[in-house]
Formats: sequence, structure tokens, C-alpha cells
Amino acid sequence: MVVSEAPRIVTSRIGFEDSHTLVRYLDTGGYTGLRKALTMTPEAVAAEVDGASLLGRGGAGFPAGRKWSMLRKGPIPYLVVNGDESEPATFKDHLLLEKDPHQLVEGVVIAAYALQVARVFIYIRGEFALGLERVQAALNEAYAQGAVGRDIFGSGFSVDIVVHPGAGAYICGEETALLESLEGKRGYPRIKPPYFPAAIGLYGEPTVVNNVETMSNLPWIITNGAAAFTALGEGRSTGTRLFALAGQVRNPGVYEVEMVKTTFRDLIYAPVLGGGVLHGRELKAVIPGGVSAPWIGPAQLDTPLGQDEVAALDTMLGSGSIVVMDETTCMVRAAWRITRFFWRESCGQCTPCREGSGWLEKILRRIEDGVGREADLDLLMDTCDNLAPGVSWPPQQTTICVLGPSIPSSIASAIRMFRDDFLVHIKEGGCPHG
Amino acid sequence: MADPVVTSHHGLASRVAPDAAPVTITIDGVPVEAAAGEFLIAAAERAGTFIPRFCYHPRMKPVGMCRMCLVEVSTPRGATLQPACYMAVAEGMEVVTTSEKVRKAQDGVLELLLVNHPLDCPVCDKGGECPLQDQVLAYGPGESRFLEEKRHWAKPIPISELVLLDRERCIQCGRCVRFAAEIAGEAQIDFLGRGDQTEVNIFEGASFSSVFSGNTVQICPVGALTATPYRFSARPWDLDQVESTCTTCALGCRVAVQSSANRATRMLGVDSDPVNQSWLCDKGRFGYESLNSGDRLVAPLRRRTPGGELEPVSWSEALSAVADRLGAIRGASGGSALAVLGGARLSNEDAYAWARLAKAVLGTDSVDAQLGDGLPAEVVLGLPRATVDEACAAPVVLLLSGDLREELPVLFLRLRGALEEGGTRLVELSSRATSLTPLAAASLAYRPGEAAATVAALAAGKGGPEGIDPAAWTAALSALEGAGPDGAGMVVVLGRPSLSEDGALVAEAAAAMASAWPGARFLPALRRGNVMGALDMGLAPGILPGRVSLAEGRAWFEEAWGPLPADRGRDCAGILRGAVEGSVEAIVLLGADPLGDFPDRALADEALEKVGFVVAVDAFLSPSAARADVVLPAAVHHERAGTTTNIEGRISRTAQKLVGPGQAWPDWMIASELAARLGTELPAGSVAELWDEIERLAPSHAGITRAALEAPGARDGIVAPLPASPVSLSRRGGPARIDPVATPGIESVERQGAPPRAGLAERSGVADDPAATTAGSVGRPRPLGWPQSVDPPHVGPLDNYSLRLVSGRHLYDEGVLLEVCPSLGALADRATARANPYDLDRLGLTTGGHVKVRSARGSLVLETVADAGVPRGVVTIGFNLGVAGEAGGTGGAAALIGAGEAVVDVRLESLSGRTTVPRTPAPKPTPTPAEEEGA
Repeated sequence: MVVSEAPRIVTSRIGFEDSHTLVRYLDTGGYTGLRKALTMTPEAVAAEVDGASLLGRGGAGFPAGRKWSMLRKGPIPYLVVNGDESEPATFKDHLLLEKDPHQLVEGVVIAAYALQVARVFIYIRGEFALGLERVQAALNEAYAQGAVGRDIFGSGFSVDIVVHPGAGAYICGEETALLESLEGKRGYPRIKPPYFPAAIGLYGEPTVVNNVETMSNLPWIITNGAAAFTALGEGRSTGTRLFALAGQVRNPGVYEVEMVKTTFRDLIYAPVLGGGVLHGRELKAVIPGGVSAPWIGPAQLDTPLGQDEVAALDTMLGSGSIVVMDETTCMVRAAWRITRFFWRESCGQCTPCREGSGWLEKILRRIEDGVGREADLDLLMDTCDNLAPGVSWPPQQTTICVLGPSIPSSIASAIRMFRDDFLVHIKEGGCPHG
Repeated sequence: MADPVVTSHHGLASRVAPDAAPVTITIDGVPVEAAAGEFLIAAAERAGTFIPRFCYHPRMKPVGMCRMCLVEVSTPRGATLQPACYMAVAEGMEVVTTSEKVRKAQDGVLELLLVNHPLDCPVCDKGGECPLQDQVLAYGPGESRFLEEKRHWAKPIPISELVLLDRERCIQCGRCVRFAAEIAGEAQIDFLGRGDQTEVNIFEGASFSSVFSGNTVQICPVGALTATPYRFSARPWDLDQVESTCTTCALGCRVAVQSSANRATRMLGVDSDPVNQSWLCDKGRFGYESLNSGDRLVAPLRRRTPGGELEPVSWSEALSAVADRLGAIRGASGGSALAVLGGARLSNEDAYAWARLAKAVLGTDSVDAQLGDGLPAEVVLGLPRATVDEACAAPVVLLLSGDLREELPVLFLRLRGALEEGGTRLVELSSRATSLTPLAAASLAYRPGEAAATVAALAAGKGGPEGIDPAAWTAALSALEGAGPDGAGMVVVLGRPSLSEDGALVAEAAAAMASAWPGARFLPALRRGNVMGALDMGLAPGILPGRVSLAEGRAWFEEAWGPLPADRGRDCAGILRGAVEGSVEAIVLLGADPLGDFPDRALADEALEKVGFVVAVDAFLSPSAARADVVLPAAVHHERAGTTTNIEGRISRTAQKLVGPGQAWPDWMIASELAARLGTELPAGSVAELWDEIERLAPSHAGITRAALEAPGARDGIVAPLPASPVSLSRRGGPARIDPVATPGIESVERQGAPPRAGLAERSGVADDPAATTAGSVGRPRPLGWPQSVDPPHVGPLDNYSLRLVSGRHLYDEGVLLEVCPSLGALADRATARANPYDLDRLGLTTGGHVKVRSARGSLVLETVADAGVPRGVVTIGFNLGVAGEAGGTGGAAALIGAGEAVVDVRLESLSGRTTVPRTPAPKPTPTPAEEEGA
């Protein structure tokens, strides 16, 4: 098992106790990317990012450069940074916000310069108290340093950045719900089209929305050039990526690994990474990209961590969360816990998601409690079909946003891969795992 | 003759740009023409394919929440399920509404909706007219597979005096939430919580106090919102309905009047595109309770001895008593000693019969349908008129009126909608903040009495008068540029901003507008019932039917009617003063209550006290009717057929649904009987014959025949006068069926008759040609035009110790209607003195204090409210309201206003003895009235 020797792009300062301070940041090459960007034309900066083929790190994996170029024809009033990382077992942006806020700020100013945006909102999950504090502190330092605000580093370019805390709703990570929330409204995803907030975004104006990790890559890309970035990874999946490794694994945590050159097996078993399944047990299944993603089994562990490679398995790398489930895991319980999360977080706009999530949760809980019927498996699948017709990947949807159609992923995976687990619950009238 | 057909109009089509390119799409294999950008759900419906829906409402923006309207739409990535309610059609779009995939999705949504919906249909008001019930039956699975416990909430909970909320039944379509925020602009009801714990509710400590709350009950697709007046009172299948026109205010909203066993049970808004677009205000919606009231007059009453009690008598005795007395006065003192007040409650036919009785039989021109709270008739009838649609499409609306939400609520909704949509800019001339102020491009707080000067300064593009915010002034000048140099892009909404500001001052301002912007058109904002029809029919001094002046129309009408009074008569104030002086000896009150409605209550009181003989023709024993010598019980709208005319001049039919109580008669019949007893048989013996006579004689109504009014395309009414060239009466080609989900409870056209067609009407042309005649030798007179002479009273300066009074109408006032409607009674507002915090502060007062307000006419103790929306130097006190606080009392500002005063200046005295401190150091302080009294 060989783990690639790729440089750490966004986690290079994580080892320092004071990694969040301006002093440390400047000591470790901070704001050189921005200073370099300001000597370039905005078009050149955007071209550099486009050339790096940086895929959005929020979940959908849309190329950041393409997103920008859809808009750069006209003025863009707003850039919004999505730091509402709320999915269970997803904690990579959490790390960047707390440990390297200046890197985020620098990336944001580079993006603002490339897009010629004068106003940026960083929307951070409300529960990230320390992250909010550190990003605000970093912003204050950056303002004092002249890296944000009027006439940045004497370049004539100005941008204001505002930190906005979320109010405790997972759905506000959906970018249009996030915009509604920023506007002070209920966090309801907006109807599509428009499919991107590009044309009609915040306050009805063209808006770019990017993820925290995406922004944090920009200082390195500008400093080292797009070619250095594309030298890492393979195909469409360039550079490195953060993965939040969790579940029954010896060394859970956030790992930055080179894309494609690393496989699920590397990440889970390499001694310098996951270190293997907890207590040396057998691996039963892996949730590869957050709880919205269909699961994979032990046979698929050699798949490289690349966008297209994982898509070929009919699942996704999504939010960068990888959950290891070992042989002792009750798959009914796992599916129920995930469904309960979606039930609690459904915004309630669309009937299928609002009512379907609750119904699915009730059926799964009933099976887990030992009062299920075999017919419930068909009922589960049929109700999943009402949320995501066909229950296939990528999901078709009957709802405004993808939260509802994400619910069937874990239920269908559990039933398809571990039907016997369900039947045991039903026949024995309870959970064999206690 | 009742017209049973209720029409529906599809607003969505009208939202598509009129020049939108036509596209062809296929729906279930059939090619369908649609306008580019039109929503698929509407295009399909026009083509006869009904796509089920809950949250979609043709009058609101789509939200795509219920997901019931999913259909298969072909896209470059293959056919996918798409919501038809917000999918815009595009050329070549292929749509399938009946595939297995669509059926599965519809089944699924319905089964999911029923997961938490209680199946209490047998005890639910909506049962039988419930879109959920109907669509489950039509599209849903046969049974539910849901085994678990449903969600539970406390229920029902009152969220206002009128509306109850059952959250268990709610399917979270958001129609009520969206109506409140989007249409009414009052987000008082909203979603709380999330997921399947989402509930609709009001905010803590608040109430759903909107005057439009009943609309949410009407559009709720389940029984989650129910109305207290209707709750448990009927099953929908037991109700009969007719389409009619609401006459609570002068906008003339189209309604479906529903009844059971001769009791009015419910009123629903009909979607009339040019008028109310399906909305109603709560006073109009729930005012039907008055029809069932036990307080209705059911028999004629008469005082057999002077000073005796009113006692029930026969019609014959009552009519003879009236005819004898009026005839005797006519004989002894001449017709000018007789006067008729009121008429806005009447139908057009009633009003015409009474105008003919008064002017040609009683011989008096002292007739006034307005009670000193309107505008001079010549001005209202003479100004070039605009429709509501024209106002909503105009680049500039100039508003000089009272608060429209209080006076003409649905006109407020229409204008609000136009302003929200953009394209129309509002310049408001108002001495206080109104409900439209937040949407105005500029709100100019002119001092009462200075409206004309303000208009003149605006027209000249000069600097604004002192006291008007310069920024607002600049904004107004810039907004007015949109109207073009001659004002062709301007519609003026002209009403009575304040009852303490003489109507002649408004006329003066209107004249200034018409002269500055000759291309501008006017939408009168007179508020009372059929006041426009009454004016059109000649119930005003110096006016004859068809909007002609007495002088112009004399020859024409004398040929038909016989001799007319030689001189112009008196208006309401003149009549009341005449009664006090003795020159008016008898007053007929036609549904008029001058004690409640005339601005100067003391004068009305004295007039009724001193006048020799009072006849009241009314449905209720109002305070004024209680002072009458003879009271004649009248049938009201929905108890008799006829027509009514709204502020646009739109003539629409009101249908008879009920039989009036006891011996109540239609007003025209009373007029006819009185005329016969006075020796003149009126020729028309029915409502139909009366209309034929109106159409023949009234120049502004020429060509609007009964046949035209009864044409199916004329359900929205016909605006008089007709244009010279033929017009389509209805823009609607007409869908084959109405949308049963938009307005649950209104029966579909299919079940009630043929789909309406657009009718055509054409003016005969004679009205354009003064020489043209019908039968006799006299030319048809010309309707009033512009200019008219206006004679504004002098307005004195405001001294530094005084505040100028602004007194507006409230929707929920002390009027008889609220008193006799059990559900509305508790809603009546109370009078308070609202003033700028600065002015109150000078008296050491704030909100909740008490103050004595003193005018030259009287004084009143009122609770104070500090309101930054009231400019300095102004105090606002509502009209015809009970007085809040310990002092009590009735009438509100009516105690302070003196008839004939141009404006009313008042002084505030704190009850601790402090009086108003001057705003600026006055060179020579003048003594306050209190000091004068003390001296």
C-alpha cells in the first residue's frame, strides 16, 4: 500500500498550535497568493483557476472555474461562501474554519478579485462557535493588515467580507436555501430553474456560491500555478481533497490525499491514514460521500478517490465524508439513524420529502423495534420511489431540492445489500445487535 | 331573475406579456397553442387538460410545494417529472400527463398528503367541496398503507375573531401564507417549525387581524382554515348560489351569494379579472350576516301622534301618511321645502325611480346621495374616467384620497399588486401615512387645505411647499415624469382624504390636476355602496340621469318626465341647514344615517330635531331612522334584482337570491307607490322596464341594453359610457370549466350552464350627436365633461397653537352593518388622537395618555397615540368610531367638525391643564380657548 507523496495544499499549517493567527499565517507564506493575484489581471486569475480544473468541494463537484465563467460576462454583486457544513460525519470545512481561517480569507479575496466582487458573505454553520470566532478574528486581522477592505495592498481593489452565522438548519447548506436564509427568510430551497444562483441569486442579483474548501485551495493555486495543481490527481479530478474519515476505523480524522492516486482501501487501511477497521474487524460497508450517497461494499474498496471513478459505482464522493461500518453494524439501525436525520432536517416544503421522510423513519424504527413485516420492505422501496422515481443514481427527483431524493440512498443500499439483516429483525422480532 | 352562472377568469394568462410569442407544445400527443413563458398548468387547462394541484393558485406566484402537478416533460436528458405549475412552456415541449410514471407520482403525493391528514371529512366544513377529497377520489390510490399514529395538534385554535385554524388538516400548501404576504402585504400568518412538524400559525401575541383574512379561508384547499360565521352552518351540497355584486363599498366585487332555506350562508369572491380577481374584504365577505339579522325592519312603522312611539302599521297607512304630508308641504311651500338624502344603498333602478319621484313629482332638486362625505357630483361625473385596470397599468398613479385599505379595500389590493409588480409608480398626496405609503415612490404630506397649491407646485416642477420632505418632493417630480408632459400616463385616484377637509378643496385640487395634466384620467374613490349609480341616476343637486346637468338636460327630461324644479337644489349640508332654518320642512332618508355619516353630527342632530317631517326608507332602524315619523322597510341587494355601478362606471347585475324579510319592499316600488298617491303614475312597472327607460333616457347609458347586460360575456359588467366603436365585453375566451381548486365552493360552470362567451355591445351613436333624437323633438343632452367650475372655500392659516385635524373613515366603524353582524361587531375600531411624537411630547404626552381635543365646534377626550406617520402639526382622529378609554362616547371626530368649515383646526389640552406649546416661538402668543373661557 503506497500513499502518494503529494504536497498538502490546504492543511499545511494544521500542525501548528497557532495556525489560526495572522503571525503564523504570514510566517508560512500567507497572503503571497493574494499579492501575486493582485499583480495579475482579474481575467488572468480566473483563467488560472479555470486551468486548475478545481472541482467544487461542497458536494456536487461542479468545476469552480466553469461556475465563474458562466457569470463573468456581467457585473457580479455578490460572492457567497458556503460554510454550512452540517451533514453527519462531515467535518472537513470545520477543520479549515477553525485551524486556517486566514487561508480561507485569502482565497475569498482572490476569488473576489477574479470576479470583481465588492461584497462577500461567509455563511458559517451556527453551531461552529469556535470557527465563527476564528474566522471573524482572522477577518479583523486581515482588515487591519490591509488584506481586506479598501484598496487592498495598495492595488485599488476593495472588497468587504461579512460573516453570517447559520441558525441550525441542515437545509441551509443547499445553496438557494442558504441565500434565502442570508436574506433573513426561512431556509427554503428555491424552485429551479434557474438551476444555479448565478443569474438570480442573493437579493435577486447574480451571485457566485463556493464552498470553504474550494476557496481554501485558491492561495496555493495562484502561488504555485494551475499546472502544479493539475499535476496532482488524474483526469477531471485534480489536486488533493480533504476526506473526513469516520465510523469504525482506528484513526478517524480529516485527511488530505491526492485525488485518484489514493483508493478507499488506502484511506481506510494505510497506517498513516485510517489504520484499518477498529479492533481488526471485517469491513461490512462504506458510506463514500456523506449520508446522501449510496453505500459501497468491500469488493469496491480499490476504487480510486476520483469524481468519475466513484460515479462509475453509481455513488459519489459528495461532501467528502467517508464512514466505515464493520461487521457488528446493524444495517437497519444505520438506515434508520440516517433517515431520522433527514426527517428532522427536511424543510417541509415538498410533500414527498416532508411526509415521506417521517413515514420512512417510522417504518424503519418499527422494523428495528421488531414489529416490522416483510411487506414493509416493498413499502419502503415504493415510498423511496415516490421521492426518487426509479431509486437509481443519480436520483431523479419529485422535489424542489435534492434533500428528499437523497433519503432513499441509504435505505435502498441497506435493503439491496443487506436484505437478510432486515429479515432477521422481522423474523426474530427485534434487533440481533441488541 | 337570478343568474345562476358563476364565471372564472384566468389571471395567469394576463400575466404573460401580451406580445409573448405563440408557441406550440404537445400535451398527451395533441398540439396545443400557448404563449411563450406561460405556465404549463395554465396552458394545459386552457386546452382542456386539468392537471391536479393544491398549492398553485392562478392569482399568486407559483411555489411548487405540493408536487401534485408533476407531469412528464421531455428534456434533452429524457423525459423527467416536472411541476407544471412553474414550468414555463417553450416551443416544441412535449408533455405527458397520463403516463404510468405520472400516475405513480400523483398517487404517491396523495398518499403522502394523507399520511398526516385526519379523515374527519364528515365533520369538516370543507367536506363536499374539498380539493383534497376530490383529487384523492380522482387521482389517488384506493387506500392508505400508513399504519402509524398521525401528527396531533391542539385544534381548532382561533387566530382572529373570524378565522379558526385546524393544523392537523393543513397540507402546508402555503396558500394562506402567500396570500397574506404576497397579496395583502401583511405577513401575519406564516409557517413555523420545519419538516412534518411544520405548522401554519400566527406569531405569538399577535392576531390575524388583516381585513382580508377571509380570503385565506376561501382558498384553503382543505378545512384547515374555517370562518366562524359559516362554521358548521351548512353542508356545501345544500347550498344554492347566484353570482352577484357586493355593494358594501363602491368597488363592486363580484361574489357568489350562497344560501340555504332563505338564509344567506356564505359569500365567496368570484374571479372577475377587471375588478376583484377573486378577493374580497372581510366586511364584504361576512356582511351577509346582516341579511339574516333579527334587527331587520319587517313592517312599516309610524308615529301616529307627534312625539309618540313608532308602531307597526300597514303599507297602505304608511304610504298614505307619507304622501299626504309630502303633498301638503309641496302644495303649501313648494317642492323646494322637500329633500331626499341618501340613495347609495339603492340599485340603479331604485335610484332612478327615486330621482324621478323627487325631481318630477315632489318637485325638488334638493336631493343628495352623498352625506357631505363625498365630492361635488359635477366633479365626479365630469372628470375623464379611468378603470381599475387602467390605473394598475398606468406608469403613474397620483393618489388623493383616504386610506384605501379602509375605504375601498380590494382597490387597495389591486393597486398594491400593480405597485409590487413594478411598472406603476405611486405618488401619494396624503396628510398622514396610509397603507399604500410604504409602496409609494413619494408620499407628500401636504397640510390639509393646501392640496391644490401642492398640485400646482408639483405641476410647475418648483420646490415643494414648506413642511413637505424635500427628498419626497424630488422623488415625486421624478416619478411624475413617467406620466408624460400632458399626463397621458397618469391615473388620479380621487377620493375624500379627510372628512375635516372640505370636498370643494379636493375638487379644487382635481381641477388643478386636470389643468396641469390634460391627458390624465380619474378613478373616483367614493366609498359608499352604489353611490356612483346614484349620482349617475341623478340623486344629486343639479344632476339628471345619465350624468347631465339640470340645465343641459331640462328640455330632454321634461319631455319624458314633465316639469322639473326651476332651480338647482341644495346638497346635504344645505338641506340640513335648511331644516334648521325652517326652509326645508320634510326630509326623506333613503338608507341614509346622517347622525352617523354626516361629518358635523351636531348639525345633523339639530336638523332632525327641527325638521317637521322625516321619512326613513331603510333596512335597519339606524339612529337617524329611529328619529323618523314614518319608517318604510326596504329590501336590499341580493333580495331584489337590479344593477349597480362601481367607481369605474361599471354597471353589473346584482341577483336576487333571497326573499326579503317580512314586508320589506324594493325601493323603486316604494317610489312608484308614493308617486301614484301623489297623483303621478310612473310608467315603469318593473326593474326591467326601469332599465329600459334608463337606457333610453340617460345619455351616458345609451346602448347598454338589458340584452347587453345579460349577455354571458357581460358578467364583469359594462363600463358606461360605451366607446363609440364595438368592444368585446370580456377579454376572456373562456375555459370550458373553472378551476375548482382555486375557489373551492364555487360550483363549476359545467354544472350550472353553458360556458360564457364574450359578448359585443355597441353604442347607438346618438350620444355623440346632440342633434340626434329618439322620438321627440328635443336633442339628447350631452353628459357632463370638463372643466367644471369649482368654488373652493377660503382656508385660513394654521396658528402655532393648533393642529390641523385629519379624519378618515375606518372599514370597521360604528356603522349599522357592524352592529348587526355578530361576527364583525367586536372588530370595530376605537377613536384615538394620533399625532406626531413631537407634538405629543410638547404636551408631555405619549401613547396611552389622554387629551382633550377642542375645535370651534366642540371637544372630545381621547386616548393619545404617538405616530411618526402623522406629520407635525396634524392630528388624526377616526370618523364614526366609538371613543376609546374612560370618557367613552360615539362618533369620533364628528363632534369636532363644523359643516362649511374648509378645514378644522384643533387644540390639544392635557387633562392636567397644560395646553399646546407653540411649535416655534410665536411673535405674539394668542390666548388658547381655555384661557379665553377662563377669562
